[in-house]
Amino acid sequence: MKGQPVQPLLRFGIEKADSPVVALAGNPNTGKTTIFNALTGLNQHTGNWPGKTVVQARGKYCYGGQEVVLVDLPGTYSLLANSVEEQIARDFIYFGRPAATIVVADATCLERNLNLLLQVVEITPFVILCINLIDEARRKLIKIDFARLQERLGIPVVPVSGRTGEGLELLKKTVLEMVTGQLRPSPKQIIYDGEVEGALHQILPEIKGIVGDDATSRWLALRLLEGDETVVQGIQHYLTTDPPPRLEEVLA
Amino acid sequence: MSVDLGRILQRAQDLSCGEDAVRDKVVARIYQEAESLASEVVMAEKPARDWDTLIDDVLTSKRFGYPSMLALLAFVLWLTISGANLPSQLLARLLFAGEEGLSRLFLSFGAPDWLHGLLVLGVYRCLAWVVSVMLPPMAIFFPLFTLLEDLGYLPRVAFNLDGFFQKAGAHGKQALTMSMGFGCNAAGVIACRIIESPRERLIAILTNNFVPCNGRFPTLIAMSNIFLGAMALNGSSFLAVLLVAGLVVGGIAITLVVSRLLSATLLKGIPSHFALELPPYRPPQVLQVILRSVFDRTLFVLWRAVKVAAPAGAVAWGLANIHVDGLSLLGHTAQVLEPLGAAMGLDGVILLAFILGLPANEIVIPIILMGYLSAGAMLELEGLPALRELLLANGWTWVTALNMMLFSLLHFPCGTTLLTIRKETQSWKWTLLAALIPTLIGTAVCILVAQGARLVGLA
Amino acid sequence: MLLSQLPVGKTGEVVAITCSGLMRRRLLDLGLVPGTKIQTLRQSPGGDPLAFNIRGAVIALRLDTASQVKIRLVK
Repeated sequence: MKGQPVQPLLRFGIEKADSPVVALAGNPNTGKTTIFNALTGLNQHTGNWPGKTVVQARGKYCYGGQEVVLVDLPGTYSLLANSVEEQIARDFIYFGRPAATIVVADATCLERNLNLLLQVVEITPFVILCINLIDEARRKLIKIDFARLQERLGIPVVPVSGRTGEGLELLKKTVLEMVTGQLRPSPKQIIYDGEVEGALHQILPEIKGIVGDDATSRWLALRLLEGDETVVQGIQHYLTTDPPPRLEEVLA
Repeated sequence: MSVDLGRILQRAQDLSCGEDAVRDKVVARIYQEAESLASEVVMAEKPARDWDTLIDDVLTSKRFGYPSMLALLAFVLWLTISGANLPSQLLARLLFAGEEGLSRLFLSFGAPDWLHGLLVLGVYRCLAWVVSVMLPPMAIFFPLFTLLEDLGYLPRVAFNLDGFFQKAGAHGKQALTMSMGFGCNAAGVIACRIIESPRERLIAILTNNFVPCNGRFPTLIAMSNIFLGAMALNGSSFLAVLLVAGLVVGGIAITLVVSRLLSATLLKGIPSHFALELPPYRPPQVLQVILRSVFDRTLFVLWRAVKVAAPAGAVAWGLANIHVDGLSLLGHTAQVLEPLGAAMGLDGVILLAFILGLPANEIVIPIILMGYLSAGAMLELEGLPALRELLLANGWTWVTALNMMLFSLLHFPCGTTLLTIRKETQSWKWTLLAALIPTLIGTAVCILVAQGARLVGLA
Repeated sequence: MLLSQLPVGKTGEVVAITCSGLMRRRLLDLGLVPGTKIQTLRQSPGGDPLAFNIRGAVIALRLDTASQVKIRLVK
């Protein structure tokens, strides 16, 4: 991307990390925090998102000799920036460019959670769907065909139970494969109706002219078609070539 | 770059027909995709028994909704109050034993009297008091609260109470921030972040102090015992809990009234959109809950209290030990405050204790004792009977005990909470208002009760 | 009919959202897009809000919010 600053993560209060940064997204009440705690243990740090009164939790874990920085995003139903939390989550995934984004979904309520997942997949291909609470789903006699879902989505799907620790090993392994580049998912994009696709077709070349020919230019074009001004503000804030604010200011 | 983007945004607007047209289509399309994916991969049998529905049928029903909430509140308070008794006593004994050791240490170094007084009788005693009075109830309350949170019960409280908050022009989630306030008002103020509308968030912040926090519960409990004693209704801890619970309900009523007044005057506006998820009940992870609530909440709050209690102890000791014209500074100030205190059914010493207790509400009673005994240092409380004797000897009646409870519920938030309000609202104006509103209400209520009691000749 | 008028236990299908702006976007985000099946589950003991089953989650909405959603009764 043209004009991309050296350290976009700095704007999110994260000092230049030598280790890959992985985002943890998900609906509220999906046990996202349980997974975060299970992965990072006591290796956590909480503060606020810069300039916002929203808690940012960050943690680290080591797997297969690779250290990973995990950032817990606010729990949201959507990424359409209708609230501060949604805007933070969206901005981090789009502008922060995490090496991978884990979307935690509730196995007992998959349809609602897939809504958020499909939105994340439009922003970045580096997504892992982590289906949590599978023990509860079993108890409620809900069966999910994970292999089929994985094939349909084109991204890795990992069933887990944050409570019992079931599946966490596979989750860490999948994250490792993704951040080291062994796993390159190719998610299927959603095709909209003729009118929207037609408009997209018209403005995409211009957008690519500005931000480069990037998988995410389609997402940006969609937001502009929706008239989403927060995304323009985001570009001005996160992607300027001005020197980012000093570290001390960000971490204060 | 931004110029180009602005141009494209303009062009994009021209291409999209109508304000919400594209957004509507995009959202609908994504949900449609989610629906078809889910129907393809999820197979769900109808479970024989839907426990969530059964539980909610009781807990949010017309008949049992409110009674079950009140019962749970009383139960949590009772568990906190009665469960904290023994550990509090043990802790006090341990810490005050430590004081003797410290005193001997100072003596062996030949430290001057004032240094020993300031550091041991002032700072250390205040710390010991705060820790022994505050830690046990917090260590019981916060895990209980976190358990209810994990279980998924708290959103039901908001669901049940939202009607009242709506009528008060406030947000139903204020019920959640108030629940948090029982643990610590500063934590409750931070919790107000979950309310999105700035207007409703401010209302919740300004009124959070009307729920008594852990720091005030010991005072309320001690006073309820003394009140009942003065009314010749001795020894029933059940009645004491009932009285405290009644006061809590009164605090909730005042919260609603003040919220209503604020939303009709300073914080005018329409109620915001309200959507609240009632998640499925989930068995909480008990061990995790205890660890998390002890580390994240209990120790966090305790540490903050300790930080303010230490200097407060030093100041209080200084006031009690610097004598001018044969009377300590504490005594002088208490005399100045006496007329107002008397009008409120309290006295000058009590008012001064509340002012000096600004850093932490826990130290109010110890300062009162210090004032009465002119002992120059805070005293160890050797059980409630001894406290009652002492207070009655200093002219307390049931009115004093009752007004002490009322003013404890209705006065300025503690220093930590005020600083938190400043931080969350970014405004000294709202912080000042957060202190003024409860103090004025408390003063008025106390005067009404005291004068009323005098008029009808009850006291 | 309006979502706020849907009796407890009955199911409806979203026809349209009548408000605009932020509230419209919020309701859409909750999954209230045209065609969505929605069931009224219960009423707060205070009368308002109502709790609905929206795409598998139980969501409580105040009556004035729910009255922004036009529905059709489903058998």
